[in-house]
Amino acid sequence: MSVLDNNVIVDENAGSDMIQYVTVVIGGQLFGLPISQVHDVFVPESVTRVPGSAPEVAGVLNLRGRIVTAINMRRRLHLPPLEDEQMMAVGIEYKHESYGLVIDTVGEVLTLSSGSAESNPSNLDRRWAEIAGGVHRLDGQLMVILDVDRLLGSMFTEPALAAA
Amino acid sequence: MDDLLSEFITETNESLDVVDVELVKFEQEPNNATILDNIFRLVHTIKGTCGFLGLPRLEGIAHAAETLMGKFRDGAPVTQGAVSLILISIDQIKEILADLEAAGGEEPQGDDSELIGKLEAMSAEADVAMAGGAAPEASVEEAPVEVDVPDQEIERPLRPGEVSLDELERAFRETDIEVEVADPVVEVEPEVAEVAEKVEEPTPEPVAAKVEPKPEAKSAAKKAAAGDGGEKKAAGGGVSNQSIRVAVDTLEHLMTMVSELVLTRNQLLEIVRRHEDSEFKVPLQRLSNVTAELQEGVMATRMQPIGNAWQKLPRIVRDLSQELEKPIELDMIGADTELDRQVLEMIKDPLTHMVRNSADHGLELPEARRAAGKQEKGTITLAAYHEGGHIIIEVRDDGKGIDVDRVKAKIIERGLATESEVEKMTDPQIHKFIFAAGFSTAAEVTSVSGRGVGMDVVRNNIELIGGTVDLRSTAGKGSSFIIKIPLTLAIVSTLIVEASGDRFAIPQLSVVELVRVQTNSEHRIERIKDTPVLRLRNKLLPLVHLSQLLGIYEGENIEDAIDTDNGFIVVMQVGSQTFGVVVDGVFHTEEIVVKPMSTMLRNLGMFSGNTILGDGSVIMIIDPNGIAGAMASHASSSVAESEEEENEDLQRKAISGQSAISLLLFRSGEPEPKAVPLSLVTRLEEFDISKIERSNGRDLVQYRGALMPLVYINEGDTHKTEGTQPMLVFSDAGRSMGLVVDEIVDIVEDRMNIEVGSERPGVLGSAVVKDRATEIIDLGYYLPQAFEDWFMRKEMDIQALTKKVLFVDDSSFFRNMLTPVLKAAGYDVTTCVGPAEAFELLENGDKFNAIVSDIEMPDINGFEFCESIRRDPRFRNIPILALSSMVTPASIERGRQAGFDDYVAKFDRPGLIAALKDVFSGEMGAAA
Repeated sequence: MSVLDNNVIVDENAGSDMIQYVTVVIGGQLFGLPISQVHDVFVPESVTRVPGSAPEVAGVLNLRGRIVTAINMRRRLHLPPLEDEQMMAVGIEYKHESYGLVIDTVGEVLTLSSGSAESNPSNLDRRWAEIAGGVHRLDGQLMVILDVDRLLGSMFTEPALAAA
Repeated sequence: MDDLLSEFITETNESLDVVDVELVKFEQEPNNATILDNIFRLVHTIKGTCGFLGLPRLEGIAHAAETLMGKFRDGAPVTQGAVSLILISIDQIKEILADLEAAGGEEPQGDDSELIGKLEAMSAEADVAMAGGAAPEASVEEAPVEVDVPDQEIERPLRPGEVSLDELERAFRETDIEVEVADPVVEVEPEVAEVAEKVEEPTPEPVAAKVEPKPEAKSAAKKAAAGDGGEKKAAGGGVSNQSIRVAVDTLEHLMTMVSELVLTRNQLLEIVRRHEDSEFKVPLQRLSNVTAELQEGVMATRMQPIGNAWQKLPRIVRDLSQELEKPIELDMIGADTELDRQVLEMIKDPLTHMVRNSADHGLELPEARRAAGKQEKGTITLAAYHEGGHIIIEVRDDGKGIDVDRVKAKIIERGLATESEVEKMTDPQIHKFIFAAGFSTAAEVTSVSGRGVGMDVVRNNIELIGGTVDLRSTAGKGSSFIIKIPLTLAIVSTLIVEASGDRFAIPQLSVVELVRVQTNSEHRIERIKDTPVLRLRNKLLPLVHLSQLLGIYEGENIEDAIDTDNGFIVVMQVGSQTFGVVVDGVFHTEEIVVKPMSTMLRNLGMFSGNTILGDGSVIMIIDPNGIAGAMASHASSSVAESEEEENEDLQRKAISGQSAISLLLFRSGEPEPKAVPLSLVTRLEEFDISKIERSNGRDLVQYRGALMPLVYINEGDTHKTEGTQPMLVFSDAGRSMGLVVDEIVDIVEDRMNIEVGSERPGVLGSAVVKDRATEIIDLGYYLPQAFEDWFMRKEMDIQALTKKVLFVDDSSFFRNMLTPVLKAAGYDVTTCVGPAEAFELLENGDKFNAIVSDIEMPDINGFEFCESIRRDPRFRNIPILALSSMVTPASIERGRQAGFDDYVAKFDRPGLIAALKDVFSGEMGAAA
């Protein structure tokens, strides 16, 4: 998988402030995920839904013998569901567990300078701002950086608060 | 590291654990020679092996410790200080061992002379103590530093062999440093200080009676011990040995392989299932069986008694007890409860922590305990037992319990909740905060606990293995932590079911049986109100659909989820709770390897994990405990609902004027229930079959000095052939009839609306009673069967039969109940549902000899009805009886004013008949 090969380059670039992003499209908007966090790109198939879970949890699926929790990014971003089209998923690791972000399509890999990122515009939808780690101005379009830690971190319920 | 050495390390570690426990026991009963021998032998073995392997440091300490213990064996009084010192030595040995292991067999550098010196000093002291009443020669060359101590008076100038306080100070500073590196759990510092104190103190007066010099015995014992050790060694390598040591890694690997094997077998089974008549079927069946057995075997190797995790606790509690100056007793119940090794490892630390916590926070100081009227000695109880595929471990103390107010204050102080929120919380909710991160209520930070890094770590560790920890606390009585953990993390056998199109796995451990439901089968789903239940072997089983529990039902009406005609019920038992979970389909059973849920989904109580099935798809594993919990809350919510409904019902009843009446439900012939108003039944009786006699072609029993004929519901029925025969007894005017039934089912309060009339004799019709279609029996049909003159007799003149009575009542129940009564009394009864219809009939020229009318009716009530009849000259003379459930002097007066001839309570059947008789006799009299 070409995406994985790029991992090596990232490591080499670790010293510089150039960051490689895997771009994905969710509801027409371009998003970028730091390539170091992307482990897989796969087609989510036979997803088992999990009753009682948060609405954005699409379910669980078997990815080469590992159980992956799939998160529907359209629902997470409060976008209408994708009609009759093949969805894609990006596999990421968070706290030693596998998650799959279900997105529309996967794009190319871009190498961008971390300096050129701008902070979130203040009028950005709060639900988007929650998980956006800044914006890159590209030719003709904007790329929102997906902050995976914040995206997934916000989905864990604090047990102490849950008890209260 | 060579094999011999690693063997030695493992063995020594085990021995040391035993020594720890034994020593604590020994301290409590110093006269128990068996325990002492045991300890002595173990230490001796260690010493011997060290010498053999060339580990001088270990040997030195072991030797000195052994010498001291030798003194005890010879009768020297056992002091707490001495035991502490030996424990320290053992800790030191453990540390050296740990370093030894880490260094790959190289004994670490270090100086143990301080410790050895202390041990020797203690030995000397013991000698002195012993010398009080016995020969000093008991101590031999083993304590070389020791010189002759002539004086028996113990005075404080430093004795030879003792160490000065300065030296001790230095010793513990050094020891401290050493310890820090190795084992932070062992709190050596205070102990050493303590020892120093002990050494300073005068040794207790020698107890002469106890001392018995037995140098010979000692050497014999020593030999025996040596021999023992030798044997043990030999046995270790012997072929005849019953157990062997296997590296944990090997077992783990085996387990993983078996798991894979199970999965592969499942896949094969899945394939074969699709191909009928496959030649693989038989061998695969064998493979399957072998796999199952293999799996069981491997699982068994992983099971260990929980006592292994508790081994260190007596020592810890003992140390704590001294450090905190609280006498503590540790009770351990169910130490042989077995659980998976992996789980065992995971709970060791949380358990230790909780015990420390109980000792420090939970138990009060002796003075406080005395003041509270408790025993001075606090008790910490550890209990373990199995419950429904889980193991429950309870850590209980009889201390002061959790101070809710202090926790509240802490919650607010930490900003975990606002004051108003806290006020609303229940005590158990407050208790839960104990598990919040960085939460400690100990007023002061002690060396033991109170640093606030405790219970949250405990909770995390337990949750990591899919367990839960719960807290129950009663102020002044103590608190108890209840840990619930799965027996094993590896493989479970599950039942694969379907609900709302999704598959779920239910652990078979909690499945009692499967019931297939069909309309015409023995098992049917019935409903009480809207609650579905299943009658299963004389018990009612509450039912709920799985998709309803999981909230995934997709249809419009949740009540329709349960298809009464076709479905499967998984009967589950969780704890003491038994209930039925309705599913759409049952596939098969499958052994699955449980994989923990992702952290994000772990808060879902309904699932204990998930797994990959043979066909590669992921399936959720139902947590029976979660289901049971949901079932309970589901039930309570439906109770609330039904209460609401009941209120509505009451209102509805108030509007319609109908009230529930008592119905006697019974069964006879068909399985469907039959009912008769309870008010008509005189008595329920059971007769021994032998009492039933036959005479003149009919069955009779002697009942209260008379013969009572028996009547059967269906012609041709017979009574039972053995046992007792239940029957309903109807009596009137000294005559009784027994209606033979198969079984008296119940007495219920319900409205009785006969919805479907019946053409069949003996049946008034069918009504819905307790959500079931029920036949209402027409008693008027059966009574004459008993005594043909039943009605005749009562009506003195046959004319009565021609008396026409108009019965007006809006309630179909009363119409149906009283009509047979009136008919039975010989009247020709016409019923109508209201005054309007009654007027119609009267206008049509129908002649009635009397009218019986209800009072509470919609539109026109009984009083108005009566008044308007009286206004009409044609009907002015018809006797009218009022029938009401409301009989008060005021209403009777009102009735009289309206023109009623009599006023009868609705349930007063004899009263009604008598009143009718009265009006007719009066009328007849007037006519005559």
